[in-house]
This record gives sequence, C-alpha cells and structure tokens, in this order.
Amino acid sequence: MTFATIWFVLWGILWAAYFVLDGFDLGAGILMNFIAKNDLEKRQIINSIGPFWDGNEVWLITAGGATFAAFPTTYAYMFSYLYSALLIILFGLIFRGVSFEFRGKEENPRWKRFFDLSIFFGSLIPAVLFGVAFGNIFKGLPIDVEGYHGSLLQLLNLYGLLTGILFLSLFLYHGGLYLSIKTEGEVQKRANSFSKKFFFPLFVIAFIFLIFTPISTKLMENYLKVKILFFVPLFLVISLILSGYFTFKNKPSRGFLFSFLTILLTVITGIIGLYPNLIPSSLDQNYSLTIFNSSSSEYTLKIMTIVALIFVPIVIIYQIWVYRLLRGKVRIDDILKNENSY
Amino acid sequence: MDIVGLSRLQFALTSMFHFIFVPLTLGLSGLVAIFETMYVKKNDQKYREMAKFWGKLFLINFALGVVTGITLEFQFGMNWAEYSKYVGDIFGAPLAIEATVAFFLESTFIGLWIFSWDRVSKKTHSFFIWLVALGTNLSALWILLANAFMQKPVGYVLRNGRAEMVDFSALVFSPYGWLKFLHTNISGYIVAAFFVMGVSSYHILRKNYVDFFKTSFKIAAIFGLVSSIVVVLVGDFNGREVAKYQPTKFAAMESIWETQKGVPLNLISIPSPSQEKNSVEFLKIPKVVSFLATNDKDGEIKGLKDFPKEDRPPVLATFLSFRIMVLLGFIFIFLSLVGYYLSLKNRLEQNRLFLKIMLYSIPLPYIAAQLGWIVAEVGRQPWIVYGLMRTKDGVSKNLSTSQVLISLILFTLFYLILGIIDIYLLFKYSKIGPQKYTAMEA
Repeated sequence: MTFATIWFVLWGILWAAYFVLDGFDLGAGILMNFIAKNDLEKRQIINSIGPFWDGNEVWLITAGGATFAAFPTTYAYMFSYLYSALLIILFGLIFRGVSFEFRGKEENPRWKRFFDLSIFFGSLIPAVLFGVAFGNIFKGLPIDVEGYHGSLLQLLNLYGLLTGILFLSLFLYHGGLYLSIKTEGEVQKRANSFSKKFFFPLFVIAFIFLIFTPISTKLMENYLKVKILFFVPLFLVISLILSGYFTFKNKPSRGFLFSFLTILLTVITGIIGLYPNLIPSSLDQNYSLTIFNSSSSEYTLKIMTIVALIFVPIVIIYQIWVYRLLRGKVRIDDILKNENSY
Repeated sequence: MDIVGLSRLQFALTSMFHFIFVPLTLGLSGLVAIFETMYVKKNDQKYREMAKFWGKLFLINFALGVVTGITLEFQFGMNWAEYSKYVGDIFGAPLAIEATVAFFLESTFIGLWIFSWDRVSKKTHSFFIWLVALGTNLSALWILLANAFMQKPVGYVLRNGRAEMVDFSALVFSPYGWLKFLHTNISGYIVAAFFVMGVSSYHILRKNYVDFFKTSFKIAAIFGLVSSIVVVLVGDFNGREVAKYQPTKFAAMESIWETQKGVPLNLISIPSPSQEKNSVEFLKIPKVVSFLATNDKDGEIKGLKDFPKEDRPPVLATFLSFRIMVLLGFIFIFLSLVGYYLSLKNRLEQNRLFLKIMLYSIPLPYIAAQLGWIVAEVGRQPWIVYGLMRTKDGVSKNLSTSQVLISLILFTLFYLILGIIDIYLLFKYSKIGPQKYTAMEA
C-alpha cells in the first residue's frame, strides 16, 4: 500500500469522524428549538453539548488540514470550486459557535431569541450543505481542461439535495438519541419520542439514497470490482436497523452507538466508491482529482503519517476520557446551581 | 478592484479580525492558569475567584477567536488555490499538525475546564487550564512556522512544478519561525497583562474589590514587565533575520532608499515614496541601524532603489507600522515597570492618574500586535512566498470578482456584528467584577 493510499483512507476516516461527532451536536442544535419549550430546557440542551462541540469541530479543521497537507491540489480545488457553499457553511458554524457562549450572557428575551435562531440556522445549514457538498463529490464535479464549470445552484441538483437531506436526517436522529442519553425529564421524553417517530422517515430517505447512488454516481464500480466491499453498505443497513430496534426498545445508548456506526459507514461507503478519486470529474475522467495527480510528495506523506499515527490515537484517547469524565445526565437543577453552565 | 486586491483585502480583514482575539487568548490562558495554580498552592479562595473572573472574560474572548480561525484555514484553498497547490506539499503540513497536536488539546480541555470545577480535584482542574494554555501556544507555534515559510522559505526544492518538502526539520527548526513565534506569542502576553492591569485599574479607581484587583494587577504587572522586555529583545533578533533574508522588507521598515554603509537612525523621518527619498530626516543617531541589522556599525544595507520597483513593498505602511510598533514596545516596558513598582510599594490607589492611563492603555498592545502583522505581511509584498511566488500568482483562478466582493461584504458585516457583541460582553463582564468574591469579603 502506498502512502497516498494510506492517506486516502485517513482522509476518509477524518471526514467520517467529523460527521459522526459534530453530527449529534448539529442535530441537537437544530432540535433545540423544537424539543425545548422554555429557556431552561434550551439551556439543558445547550449544556448537554456545551463541553463537547468545540472538540468535535476540530475534526473538521483536521480533515481540512489533512486535505491540505496530503492532497494539496484537491484542497485547492475542492475549496475554491465550492467557494460559495463553504462560505455559507462557515458563516453558519461561526454564528453557531459563538451563540453557545453568548446566549446566556444577557437576560433580554430578544437577545436569547437571536442566538436561538443562530444556533438553529448555524446547525441546519452546515448539516444540509455538507451533505450537498459530499453528494456532489460522490457524483463528480464538472471539471475539464478549462477548470470548473459549476455554480452554487448547480450543486443543488437532485442527488446533491438527496444527500443533503440524508445528512440532515441522520444528524437529527443522532442528535435526538444523544439528547435521550444526556438529558432527563421533559426534554428526554420529547427526544425519545422524536427519535422513534423520525426513524421511519430516516429509513425511507436512506433507502432512496442507496437506490439512487448507483444510478447517479459511479461509486458502484469499485464494489463490482471487489465484491467483498458490499459488506460495508450491508453493515450500514444493518446498523441503521439495529439502531431503530434499540430505539424502540427504549435503549437509546445502544441506539446511539448504532446511529454512530450508521453515519460512519455512510461516509465510508461513499469514500470507498470514490477511490482512487478524491473528486471525480463528471465531464472527463482525465480531469478527476486522484491520489495520483493531487497528492503530496512521498516524503511529506511519510512525515504526516508518522504525525497522524502518534497523535490521532492520543487525541481519541483523551477525547474518550473527557466524554467519560463528564458522563451522566444534564439536569435543570444542576444548571441552576452551577454558575459555570451556559 | 480586481480579484487579487479583493482577496487580499478579505484575507487582511479576516486575519486581522482573528488576531484581535488570539493575543488575549495566548496570554490570558497562561494568566488564568497562574491564578488557579496559586489557588492550589495557597488554598486561598481569592485566587480561585480570580481564575473564575478572568476565566469568564477569557471564554467570551476565546469563542470568537476559535470560530474566526476556521475561516483562515478554509481561505487558503478558497481564495488562494494556486498558492495552496504550489506550496501545499510543505505549507499544508504545519497546518495539519497544528490541528492534530494543538487545536484538539485546547478545544477539548477548555470544554472540560468549564464543566469540571466540581468534578475533579482542584489540582487536576488547574492542570486542564495549563493544557489549554499549552494548546493555544503550541497552536500559534505551528501557524507561525507556516507563516515563517512564507517569509523565509526553507526545507523545500522546486520539483514537479511546485515546492516540495525535502527537510521537515528545517521547517520545524527554522530560526526565523521560532523568533517569530516568541515575538508574536509574547506580544500576546503583553496584551493580556495590559488587559488585566487595565480592568483592574478600573475597579481600583472605583474602590471595588480593591484587594482582589490589586493582587490581579501585581501579577499582571510582573507578567507584562518580563514579556515586554523579552518582546523588544526578540524583536531585535527578528529584525536581524529580516535584514538578512528579506532585504526589501527591511529597507521599507527603515525607509532606506540608497544603499549605504553605517546607516544612521533618524528618530524622525518622513518617507516620500513618489520621490524615492525621505522628505524629512531629523535627529540622526549615527550608525545605529547598521549596527542593529548587521551587528557591525559600518555594515552595508541595501536601499530600496537597488531593487526593481515591482519588487518593493508599500513603503509608507510598512515604515509607519514598524515605527509605531517599536515606540509602543518601549512604552509597554515603561508602563509595566511603573505598575510593578507601585504595586510593590502598595501605592496604586494613590496614583489615580496612573490607573487612568492604564485603563486607557488597554487597546495599545492590540494596536501594536496589528501593526506587527502589517509589517510582516505588507512588508512581504509583492511576494506571497518571499522570492518564490508573487501574491498575484497565488489567487484562485475560478473565482469571479462578484463572488469575492460578496464574500468580503458579508465577512465585513458579520464580523462587525460579532465584534461589537463580543466587545460589549467583555465590557459588561469586566465591569461587573467578581460577584461571588464580594459575598466572601463581607
């Protein structure tokens, strides 16, 4: 296996890790405005993701940085071609991030309303647009000898939107389960009932996505070449079903574990289909960005592999440790008692 | 304005805005960590409340620093795709390492620090804020090593139509990068020290929580005094590196037009770029510039006129920014020295004028930090990587002017809103003071 292939795998894992982790806090951010009926319940939700969202978002920075370091040409074109979409995602993430900190710093209801909306849109927009972006990457971008021929509106094609809706639905469901685990009382009840009600729509959307993928993209080719790979999307479907099963059995922790796996496997299913492309061209194969024509030198990839092999496991270990240390439910009483809560 | 101009303006806006919040993060994380460690050592609730009060201000500031940082990482690819493609092989690595090694550390442990006051022992808890401080400072190190590559490219060869890394250790141990790191980070410590001294002065003037703020002031004064002395010294080393490796930038910083030996320092001079000379040169100290730049009082320094016009940076902006920054650097040493002396003699309260000066000095280190970046980045022009790639060649090719114009307008608008909110909150919570502490004093 070449270093470029190793980095292709790592690239996929980093993006998958980002979606799995930020997925639940984006989902919870959208749900906040529907599940919480008053200010305290909103604070309960914010405090349940409060300690973690920032650490989760660094996976995005790392995925972006890894794209830059390992596949600079892909980084350059991915980010400049998707300029407007990324800009909107950025504004969403910026407003959302400060809202957690700012919202509780003033008692004025209009102030809080502003930041509630900013948490809502700041969670909704990245959730959908990341899906749209990846849907279009799976499908291929219109690139030829003259460069890129797409625009923001063209990204909103059927398959792009479908992937956007899929990402949104996965994150909502994932976020709902997270709230079931991390809260209690009314918020938990409503989160429970949301996850149950939402499971079937999610299942249908995932089903449509899996049907459309071989039609709209060329992702199938790798699977047909190496048939054993079909186990990955198969496990995806099994995880989703198991997640639903546990959710209905009122075991949200296990349900969450399997929604975690579902998102992970969804991203990996797509990434496997892409190989060796990072961004396929929908116009002419020769202009696809691949691990062969867009990766860094062997030397750089080697250095980056060493760094990743040492530090990524360390990060995973301390992040798990932090999650464990702060385990347990967020209670409204505790928020009121604790002056440090959001 | 064309795409290059708009993209430059956008990068300037977003990075300078980001750097309003970063320096305070760099310094205040360390100060809060010091306060909390003093709480652990002395077991005095005062220090716990100090960590909490300054910690709250730290967090308000931190939030905007974090989110505006994402913009910068995205922007290399969004607006500077040709640059990213050309140098990504070597420039991407420090950015990826920054995220993996440093940014995770600060972002994970800041969340833990906020939420674990009552969950772990106080010693463990103070360890978390030290990890945050370490993370923020390491983060700056990698970013500055990346920036140092743009100033003085090292460790690469030109191959396959791009700059490829051949020597990672040259990049990591670039003396230019480490001097830049020290100069920039420690300037952040000055920002934090003056922030704490200024806010403390406000409360001492009003006789609020006097003991609390006198202690804060004293610790910040020591921190500020050491930092401002070190910054000036490191700045001097930094200047020598610039003189050696970026002669056009150095000539612009000092506004030297003619190549000459034994260059004097004109305490007052006014450059006139159109005439390629200084219209005023006043209060000459012989040979100082040559000595500072080359360690030899008769050393030769190349003047701007010896470089083709298309290779020269904007002189006036570089020169003025540099001059004012240096002047401010000496003012910081003086003010922290006086502050430390008065703290030591316990005479702060009697010197109301000094306290007022300190209150209104809060913005000065911020200004110095911004000016420093102007010297570094405007002085580097017309190069995006000094001597290797011109800024105009680095811009993305597929963008339209209107696209960048719209994004620039949106950045300006949104950053203005967020900046106002953040500064409003910093004011508000600075003024409120450590409420819990009043209860304790009573």
